[in-house]
Amino acid sequence: MNVLYFAWVRERIGLPRETVETEAATVAALVEELKAREERYAAAFADISALRVALDQELADFDAPLAGVREVAFFPPMTGG
Amino acid sequence: MQEAPFDAGAELNRFSAGAAGAGAVVSFSGIVRDVEGRLNAMEIEHYPGMTERAIRDIADQARERWSLLDVMVIHRFGTMRPGDQIMMVATASRHRVAAFEAAEFLMDYLKSRAPFWKKEVTDEGKTWVDATQADEEALNRW
Repeated sequence: MNVLYFAWVRERIGLPRETVETEAATVAALVEELKAREERYAAAFADISALRVALDQELADFDAPLAGVREVAFFPPMTGG
Repeated sequence: MQEAPFDAGAELNRFSAGAAGAGAVVSFSGIVRDVEGRLNAMEIEHYPGMTERAIRDIADQARERWSLLDVMVIHRFGTMRPGDQIMMVATASRHRVAAFEAAEFLMDYLKSRAPFWKKEVTDEGKTWVDATQADEEALNRW
């Protein structure tokens, strides 16, 4: 699964994208796996209420299932316009 | 979606000329604001692929809710200076109410539902712009 990071999430983790092998059933479970990896992930995901997630480029919730998903993106609330 | 600057006047003229049957055209231009004279630049990051999908989806929603003859959205990414155009929307309809409302709807949704992130560059460093509660609440009226 491709995992993408944007804005300060990208900066904290230190890379824009990576391929992750995971059996996580939900976004929240994937976040827990990533947080357990290294301090920089734990720092980026410390407060998920400050984050948004998109599954295959559609906004989703953290309890959404990952079955069939190819691309997960984590980022802060958007500031367009 | 583009990195290059654009000419809002020329874009608006082209849009208006193409909106056959329109009685009203409304446009909005977003400009890099330098509130305290300390902003050197604004950097805008986006999510290639999702950005285009999100904008198309927001424009489709506007077309479903209002009777529009045409919709245009231009949004830049990359580095911009104070006074530069960041983005513009334009709507065309037979009567003005639909064009005004749809343009406001587009702006409210582009602000917090299209994957863009702004970063301010000043002499003190670079700071990500936080989304505001007001931006989120602006969606409730639709």
